[in-house]
Amino acid sequence: MTPTLQAFVVVSAALFSIGLVAALSRRHAIFILIGIELMLAAANLNFIAFWRFAPQPHQPTGVMFAIFSIAISAAEAAVGLAMVIAVYRHYHTTNVDQLDQLKG
Amino acid sequence: MSSAAFVIIAIFTLAAALAAATLRKLMHAALSFAVALVGLAALFFLLGAEFVGLALVFIYIGAVAVLIVFTILLTRRDVGKDRGFNWAGVLIALAVFCGLTWSILKTQSLSIVAPHIRALTVKRIGEALMTGYVWPLQCVGLLLTAALIGALILVMEEKR
Amino acid sequence: MSAWILDHLWLIPAVPFAASLIILSLPNAWRRSAAALAVTGQVAALGLSVIAFLPTVQTHGFRTAQNFTWFTFGDNGLRLGFVLDPLAAAMLLMISLVGLCIFVFSIGYMADDKNFVRFFAYLLFFSGAMLGVVIANSLLLLFISWELVGLASYLLIGFWIERPSAAAAAKKAFVTTRIGDMGFFLGMLWLYNRSGTLLFYDGGKGCLESAGLAMLGASATFIALLIFFGAVGKSGQFPLHVWLPDAMEGPTPVSALIHAATMVAAGVFLVARVYPLFSLGAINGVTSSLTVVVWIGVTTALMAALIAIAQADIKRILAYSTVSQLGLMMVSLGVGGVAAGIMHLLAHGFFKALLFLGSGSVIHGCHSEQDIRKMGGLRRFMPVTFLTYAIGMMALSGVPFFFSGGWTKEEILHATAHWPKSPVPYYLMLAGVVLTALYMTRQIIYVFFGNPRAAAKHAHESPRVMTTPLIALALGAILLSVVLTPAWPWLHEYLTGEAVHFEIGRLIQPALFVSLVLVGAGIGVGLWMYRKAGVQDGNRPAQIDPLEYAQPALFRFLENKMWIDELYARTVIAFSWMAARLSDWLDRYFWDGLVRGFGGIGQAFAMFTSGVDERGINAGVDETTVGARGLGRLLSAAHSGQIQIYLGVVAIGMLALLLLYAWLA
Repeated sequence: MTPTLQAFVVVSAALFSIGLVAALSRRHAIFILIGIELMLAAANLNFIAFWRFAPQPHQPTGVMFAIFSIAISAAEAAVGLAMVIAVYRHYHTTNVDQLDQLKG
Repeated sequence: MSSAAFVIIAIFTLAAALAAATLRKLMHAALSFAVALVGLAALFFLLGAEFVGLALVFIYIGAVAVLIVFTILLTRRDVGKDRGFNWAGVLIALAVFCGLTWSILKTQSLSIVAPHIRALTVKRIGEALMTGYVWPLQCVGLLLTAALIGALILVMEEKR
Repeated sequence: MSAWILDHLWLIPAVPFAASLIILSLPNAWRRSAAALAVTGQVAALGLSVIAFLPTVQTHGFRTAQNFTWFTFGDNGLRLGFVLDPLAAAMLLMISLVGLCIFVFSIGYMADDKNFVRFFAYLLFFSGAMLGVVIANSLLLLFISWELVGLASYLLIGFWIERPSAAAAAKKAFVTTRIGDMGFFLGMLWLYNRSGTLLFYDGGKGCLESAGLAMLGASATFIALLIFFGAVGKSGQFPLHVWLPDAMEGPTPVSALIHAATMVAAGVFLVARVYPLFSLGAINGVTSSLTVVVWIGVTTALMAALIAIAQADIKRILAYSTVSQLGLMMVSLGVGGVAAGIMHLLAHGFFKALLFLGSGSVIHGCHSEQDIRKMGGLRRFMPVTFLTYAIGMMALSGVPFFFSGGWTKEEILHATAHWPKSPVPYYLMLAGVVLTALYMTRQIIYVFFGNPRAAAKHAHESPRVMTTPLIALALGAILLSVVLTPAWPWLHEYLTGEAVHFEIGRLIQPALFVSLVLVGAGIGVGLWMYRKAGVQDGNRPAQIDPLEYAQPALFRFLENKMWIDELYARTVIAFSWMAARLSDWLDRYFWDGLVRGFGGIGQAFAMFTSGVDERGINAGVDETTVGARGLGRLLSAAHSGQIQIYLGVVAIGMLALLLLYAWLA
C-alpha cells in the first residue's frame, strides 16, 4: 500500500496550520518569520506532491516551481531577519505587540 | 513509496514543526525548525524530488536556520523575557486546518496513487533551468541580489 | 537603413529610457558623464527619428504599423504595436530636436544644482516617455507612455522638493492630470468593449480603420469625449488648466520641456491621433464631439490670453500663453484643420521652447529674479538673449512672412473662418491674436526696454552653452516658416498626403491681411500702453502696471487668474465639507444602529483576540458608539498596528473563501 495524494495534502495542510499558529500566536518577531517559513514549506510540499501525482510527471514544472519558491523564501527570510535586526536596533524590542506604529 | 515510511516521516515532521511553533525558548524553537525541515526534505526524497530535497537542506538548514540563530544571538537582550501566548491564534489556525482538511477529504480526485516515472535527474533539471526556465532563473538571480543588498542596507549602522 | 528602422521603431523610446536608467545609477559627483550620456542618448534618439523620418517623406501617405502580442489569455490576446506615419515622424523630429536644445541649455542652467545627475536622468526619461506616446500604435501603449510622461512631470516639477510650493505644484499637476486620465481610461475600456481591439492600425482591423469604426456606432461620440477629457487634463485646457501655471515651480528647462516639446503636446497629439473617432459620422465636418473640442479650445485660448496680460512672473506669462496656444490648436483640430493644428504644435514647440529657455537665461542673468517689474533694460546686458527672445516673441505673436507662428496661426484662422456651425469662435480667435501680441509686447518692454531696475543692475549674459541652444531654436523658428508658407505648403502636404505644388500667388491671401492688421494692432496697442512701463507717469507710481492704474478691478480679476483656483477651493472643498457634514448627520441618526452592530462585532473580536486589542479596536468602538464623527474612525481603529491581528483576519478571510468555494462546488 502506498500513500495517496490526499495524505500528502493533509500533511501539507497540517504543516501550514502549524506555521499559522507560530505566526499568529507568538509574540517574538522571529517566531512569526519561522511560521511564515513553515507555511511556505507547506506550499512547496504541495508543489512537489501535485507534480509527482500528476498524470504526466515528466515535465518538471512542479519541481521548477518548488525551486523558485525556495529561492524566493530564502530572499524573504534574509530581508525579514534584517528587518528584525533593524527594528530591534531602533525600538530595542522584537516583541510585535509593542510595534504598532501603523495604528490608525 | 511505502506507507510506513510516509507515516513515520510525516509524524516526525509535524512534531518538529509543532515544537518549532510552540517551544518557549527561541533557540530550541529554531533548532526544531531545522529538524522539521529535515523531515520535509525526507518527504521530498520520498516523492522522488531528490534535487529539491537537497536544495531544501542546503538552503534552509545551511543558510536560513543559521541566519535565524544569528538573529537570535544578535537580539539576545530581548530573548529572556517571558512572552504571552495568544490562544486566539491557535483557534484560528485550528479552524483553518479543519476547513482545509474537510475540503481535501471532500475532493474525490485527490485519492489517487502516484504513477511510475523515470527518475528526475539533475541533468534534466539543469537542462530545463537553462532552456525553458532561463528567464525566471535570471529574475530570481536579480531578486536574490536585490534582497542581499536590501538586507545589507537594512542592517547597516545608521550614520551619525 | 529605412527598412531597418521600420522593424526597430521601439528603439526610439528605448534608447533614452536605457540611458536614463544608466544615468540614474551614476554617483552624484559624475556630473560630466551624466550630461554627456544624456546628450548622447538624445542625439541617438534624434538620429533614429531622422532615419524614421526619411521613408515618410519619400512616399505620400506613408504608414506602417508593427504589432506584437503582449500576452494572451485564453483565445484573446492583448496586442501592442508601434506606428510610423507623417504625424508620428514629424512629432518625433520636433520632440528630439527641441529636447536636445533643452538638454544642452540645462547643462549651463543647472550647473550649480546638487542633484544635477538625477535631473538629467529624469529629463531623459521624460523625453523617452513622450517619444513612446508618439509612436504607440495601441491606445494602451499610448496610455502607458502617457502615464510615464505624467510620472516624469511629477518628478521634474517637484525637482526642488525642498520648496513646499514645488512639492505642492507637483502634486497638483499629478492629481489634476489624473482626473483627466480617468476619463481617458474609461474611454479606452469602452473602446475595447465595443471594438475588441486597442490597436490603431492593424491591416484594416484596427480601431481607427473602417472595420473597427463601424463597430462603434453612436458610442463613438462618448468614447471620443472621454478620451478628449484625458487630453484636457494633459494639455491644460479649461477647466483642468490650473496645474499648468503652477508647474512653473520646476526648473526652467523643465518648464520648456513640459510646455513645448512634451507633456502638453501629448494632449493635442492624442486628439490628432484618434481623430477618426472624433470625426466619425461627420456631417459637413461637424460632429458633436468636435463641437465640444472647439468650445473648450476657444474658452481656454481667450481666458488664458486675458490672464496672461496681468501676470508679473516672466514664466507665468509664458505658461498662460502656452495654455492659450494649446486652446488655439484644439480649436483648429475641432474645426477640422488637423494639419494646421499639428503644424502649429510643431512650430509652437520650437518658439515656445525658445521663449522658455530665453526666460531661463534672463532669470539666470538676473540671479533668480522672476518678477518682470524688477527687470528692464536687459537688451544692453544680454544681447543674444534679447535677439532670440524677440524672434520667439514675434513667432508667438504671429508676425507673418518670416516667422513660423505667423503662417500656422493664419492657417488656423483660415480653418476657423470656414467652420459651418458658428462664426463666434472665429471672432474670439481674432481677439485672442490681438491679446497674444499685446501681452508679449508688454513682457518684452518690461524685461528688455526702459531703465534697469532692481534685479537688472548686475545682469550678465549667459554662458555659451546656454545661448547656443537659443540661437539654434531661433533659427528653427525662422527656418520652419519656409515649409509652412501657403505658397509651398510642404508640411501641410506631408501631413495630409494631398499633393500640392508651388504657387507664389497663394502667398497673399485675405487671411494674411487680417492677421497682419490684428498683430499690428496688438503690438501697437502694447507699445502705446506700456511705453512708460516701469517708470513714473503722471500720478502713476513706477511699480504700478499701466493697466492696473487704469482699470484696477479688471487687473485684479485677471491677476488672480479669474479666481478659478479660489472657485475650485470654494466648490470642491465646500462640496467635500458638505458631504462630510451629511455623513456626520447620517452617522449620528441613521448609521448609528449599524455602527452599534459593527461595534458589537468589533467588541466580540476584541475579546476574542484578548487584551491586546482592548486599546485598539475597543477604544475605537467605544468612541464610535458614543457618537463618533464618522465611520472612518471605526475603520481606522481596525488598524490596530498589530500585524498578527491583520494576519489573523487574512486567515479567517481565506477560510471563509475556502468554505464558500467548497459550498458552491
